[in-house]
Amino acid sequence: MLKRVHFPSSPLPYLLVAPQIIVTLVFFMWPASQALYQSLLIEDAFGLSSEFVWFENFAALADDEQYLSTFWRTAVFSSLVAFLSMSVALILAGFADRVVKGATTYRTLLIWPYAVAPVLAGALWVFMFNPTLGIFPYFLDMIGIKWNHYLNGRQAMGLVIGAAAWKQVAYNFLFYLAAMQSIPRSIIEAAAIDGAGPVRRFWTQTLPLISPTTFFLIVINVVYAFFETFGIIHVVTQGGPASSTTILVYKVFNDGFVGLDLGGSAAQSVILMVIVIVMTVVQFRYVEKKVEY
Amino acid sequence: MVENRPIMTFITHLVLVLGVAMIALPIWITLVAASHDEIRMLQAPIPMLPGTHFIDNLKQTLWGAGLSGDQTPVWRMLFNSLAMAMMISVGKIAISLISAFAIVYFKFPFRMGFFWMIFITLMLPVEVRILPTFEVVANLGMLNSYWGLSIPLIASATATFMFRQVFLTIPDEMLESARIDGAGPMRFFWDILLPLSRTNIAALFVILFIYGWNQYLWPLLITTDTDMTTIVMSIKQMLESAEQSPQWNIIMMTAFLAMLPPILVVVGMQKLFVQGLTETDK
Amino acid sequence: MVDIKLENLTKSYGDVEVLHHIEGDISDGEFIVIVGPSGCGKSTLLRMVAGLETVTSGEISIAGRVVNNLEPADRDIAMVFQNYALYPHMTVRENMAYGLKIRKIPKDEITRRVNEVADILEIREYLDRRPRQLSGGQRQRVAMGRAIVREPSVFLFDEPLSNLDAKLRVQMRLEIRKLQKRLGVTSIYVTHDQVEAMTLGDRLMVLNGGYVEQFGTPLELYERPASLFVAGFIGSPSMNFIPADVVDGGATLGIGVKLKTGSTASGKVTLGMRPEHMVLDKSGTIKIKVDMLEQLGANTLVHGALQGTDTSFVISLDGIQAAEIGAVLSFSAPIDALHLFDAETGIRLDG
Repeated sequence: MLKRVHFPSSPLPYLLVAPQIIVTLVFFMWPASQALYQSLLIEDAFGLSSEFVWFENFAALADDEQYLSTFWRTAVFSSLVAFLSMSVALILAGFADRVVKGATTYRTLLIWPYAVAPVLAGALWVFMFNPTLGIFPYFLDMIGIKWNHYLNGRQAMGLVIGAAAWKQVAYNFLFYLAAMQSIPRSIIEAAAIDGAGPVRRFWTQTLPLISPTTFFLIVINVVYAFFETFGIIHVVTQGGPASSTTILVYKVFNDGFVGLDLGGSAAQSVILMVIVIVMTVVQFRYVEKKVEY
Repeated sequence: MVENRPIMTFITHLVLVLGVAMIALPIWITLVAASHDEIRMLQAPIPMLPGTHFIDNLKQTLWGAGLSGDQTPVWRMLFNSLAMAMMISVGKIAISLISAFAIVYFKFPFRMGFFWMIFITLMLPVEVRILPTFEVVANLGMLNSYWGLSIPLIASATATFMFRQVFLTIPDEMLESARIDGAGPMRFFWDILLPLSRTNIAALFVILFIYGWNQYLWPLLITTDTDMTTIVMSIKQMLESAEQSPQWNIIMMTAFLAMLPPILVVVGMQKLFVQGLTETDK
Repeated sequence: MVDIKLENLTKSYGDVEVLHHIEGDISDGEFIVIVGPSGCGKSTLLRMVAGLETVTSGEISIAGRVVNNLEPADRDIAMVFQNYALYPHMTVRENMAYGLKIRKIPKDEITRRVNEVADILEIREYLDRRPRQLSGGQRQRVAMGRAIVREPSVFLFDEPLSNLDAKLRVQMRLEIRKLQKRLGVTSIYVTHDQVEAMTLGDRLMVLNGGYVEQFGTPLELYERPASLFVAGFIGSPSMNFIPADVVDGGATLGIGVKLKTGSTASGKVTLGMRPEHMVLDKSGTIKIKVDMLEQLGANTLVHGALQGTDTSFVISLDGIQAAEIGAVLSFSAPIDALHLFDAETGIRLDG
């Protein structure tokens, strides 16, 4: 935690932490406490008066069918994004790990989508799936599928999941490949001598040995799907059609900035904060475990 | 690889090439779209092979008015994005370096209190406290400014933790030796600590530059002045205007320009990027 | 005149006192070795002199000036660390010049001094390398060079040779000794290795459990160890100890064997005899049952037990000697080779 020897006390350390602490106080602590406070208020539509209502906003959310279904939708969305991007990454990493020469080249070719902003990923996919011009609707039409994510909620959901998962494959691939490359070669060779073929080795040796990475990636991907996919949804579907792609983060934004329901939006913020805190704690417990391991 | 059967090698490369193709498809389509003229991009099916208008489109996008009606040229947006990304990444690194330095190398009252206060920021992504943060920035008169774009995002628990970790691995004798040599705290920081953390700083910079460049919701909220538009957020407006007059060649060129800098950073500094990614997420 | 005075020096961490009332006068140009087992507080003491640890009570003065509250940099000292603590991102030259640069010494003066010291230590050809491109021995020299170039009034060494292999250690030991004599700088050297201590120091301070057991020249420590601890710590193989009763200048060992001691002490004592002072003597009263022989060429170590007891006993005989395992050999010890210690306190009983 601290060095055995340190500099004598002086005002200097306070000056050094001051910028970070000031930014934290002004832009983190204060807004967060404001969100907490506002979540206990109901404001009229013009923002002229407000009333302290204790937990009414939360009670209202608990009764709000729409909010509950948003919760459910977010869960489905996040698990599908995590599952899709992780399984594609796992397969690619499994093969890349077998490559003796050129593994780095494949890595280079596979990791760059990490650098693409979520909103740009959304823009690329919305163009590919543009109902009139897009290349995919054109081919889908040939096999008799009418594609229009502006009207079809399921197709809209599929599109945002696809775009979100596509962007995240790079990240997962990187961590999976690193995990696989850190498995001692001798373990795999021992399994091969025991007569296990490549596929069997992957299931019985590689997969169990990289399970800590899998767990870590699940947490990271769920956090990603919860918060960072805002841009994708905003540009691809704007939560529609008929709220079919509205996830929690999008709803906080939409109710607050578009619907101007400050109390309700703040209450949702508070719930989201609780979720983030739980996820962060889970993530840290994992890191601790890994250190022991 | 344990076995050396040619058929396995072939399948391995086949799967990987397919994977690369799948991952690269969206950007290929973007590039193709950016290389045709406006008329061609209105006919379904859109082309799958590059056209000849790439340079024209590039010129029109960068220096022309971009899309009709939008007054901000794209080079200005690129500049705004660069300014924001640089301010966020340099700012984050600077304030995290000095606060980690204070926490590791000084003993002072409330040290742990400060540490936990910084830790809290890890738990509050901008998305969940967006409204009240917006109010604070508005009250401080920082809307439509580079300060407003960057400062609220520069507190960073992850970077502070990482530097703390790096400093803890530097042997105590470095400090003792420097003290005997007569170096005061700031001199030690500049002459010893900074050079020793050089690669960590570079690795973190790569990650933070991408983070800063790719900001979307925050600039969308706090910039109303079109002069302050960043390239990443401009995409949304372009897509909206595309509903009336679709200029897909220009839109896709803009998208391409928006993702080019961070992609170049990732590919060009791959080693640092991988190091930064694995370090900050631990 | 750079003398160092330690007066009633105490160090505590919280409620735990780790150094107790250390006293010591070190005169100008002396080479002092602080020696003791690990955890005895020897490094802490050195670091207090360096200013890297605070003083709980008492006084440290260097050249007549109390330095308790001075920063390390203001004490006019230089230190060589166990792991050398070379700055990895600087070349050897920059490492050596760093302290001078901070003190704003003119550039050409720095260059002159660095080159001069590099010549003394024969590291001139490495001046533009980085520490990681050097071997352990070379790094050690650079660490020394960095200390010398500062021209301090005191050198502090914190186990500087413990990271080197055995052969290099012996060689560097000699070099440090020669260098210190040549420069004439007052030095304090910390080690846990008693051979290193004996060969290097003008005087040795033996620390045990935070107390100074004895402070004297190597020969004083060897010939007249002040306590059971010093007697056992200095000398290799270690001194043999036997419990005994002293009455009228004669000691009776536990097994009834009587020895003349020439001491005026009386009561329960611990009798100490160095392995190399025992004499093979057919009429000797000390009978050893041989367990094992170690043939070292120049001498032979006889390991055994005092006949009729479990008390183990080691004897060092000159040259190559032979003995049957299980045989009983008789030895005697000259009166002046006997050391008497109080059985309870372990303090030397003099006569």
